[in-house]
Amino acid sequence: MTTQQTHLTAARVLGELKQCGVTHIVWLPDSEAGFMYEAMMSQHEITLVPICREGEAISIAAGLLVGGKKPVVLHQNTGFFESGDSVRGIALDLKLPLLILLGYRGWRGDVPATDSAATYTVPNLDSWGIKHYLIEGDQDVARISLAYKEAQKTHKPVAILIGKEYQ
Amino acid sequence: MMDCFEAEKVISQHRNNAIVVTAETCCREWPQLSSTPLDLPSRTAMGKAASFGLGLALALPARKVIVLDADGSLLMSLGSLVTIANMAPPNLIHFVFENGVYRTTGGQPIPNAGKVSFTGLAKASGYPYTYEFDKLDSLEKTIETIMNQTKLTFVCLKVQTRRDPSTLPIPSAAQTIARYSEFGKTAGLS
Repeated sequence: MTTQQTHLTAARVLGELKQCGVTHIVWLPDSEAGFMYEAMMSQHEITLVPICREGEAISIAAGLLVGGKKPVVLHQNTGFFESGDSVRGIALDLKLPLLILLGYRGWRGDVPATDSAATYTVPNLDSWGIKHYLIEGDQDVARISLAYKEAQKTHKPVAILIGKEYQ
Repeated sequence: MMDCFEAEKVISQHRNNAIVVTAETCCREWPQLSSTPLDLPSRTAMGKAASFGLGLALALPARKVIVLDADGSLLMSLGSLVTIANMAPPNLIHFVFENGVYRTTGGQPIPNAGKVSFTGLAKASGYPYTYEFDKLDSLEKTIETIMNQTKLTFVCLKVQTRRDPSTLPIPSAAQTIARYSEFGKTAGLS
């Protein structure tokens, strides 16, 4: 039996985040997660916190967490490289239970990546010891809750990589 | 120019029950003035104190949040001024101590020291209220008004640091985690 592949829809992703009790999405638009924008703007349960550069995201999320809220971070994998010192000094050193959703620029499924953004993403996450899950279609969105719960349980950041197949 | 530590004293005397986020030199000096669970150091990643303060201010709209930032620190994440002004939490007061140098690394000048207007940057970014002081008595006269502002506020303090802050201890990651946990209990969050 094979699982039917579907597109990734914003409503399903948001629904999963709401199910987790997420209160804030700290985000910078990118090509892979840009499809989320309208859906995020048309609802009021989760507050959107737009940022100018990805390095701000984890510290804002840290403030929200310390203040008792349940934020997630959403931006591109390129921005994860930009955020390196915050990942180290805040998310990892301060043991933040933080879900980080990353647009997986350069991901081409089974085809070898030619974009260095994709080439270095997983090795970087692995080197930080950050667990990661791939979502490419609605059939995968349950991994968001799985990753969210894992972050809470382990007091560590956990990443979701958003593949390009979305609608 | 006013003495950095004296300016911190003025703020500590008027903070009431505000949450105070500290960065860089203030991170080292502030514990000499105050040590309560409402004092939250932000020193584990440089240049991120104001962003951390933004998160706190959004999470706790009924609490006043004071960020004690530094000029070199703010320069590391200048876009955060726009991010903060966009969210504009009315309970956030963003102080920047402008000494024109990277004090903790030995006093090397920041880029374009003395020619950058941090107040101008904050104003142009959209902070509703901005202040700038280079004399302690001017700060003392206005501090109560600042603390009672009902919109996002930015305050640039032109300071000099007379003593070497590197002799003062800096909170470790473990101490920071403990303080955040203590804060959560005090604020009734955990």
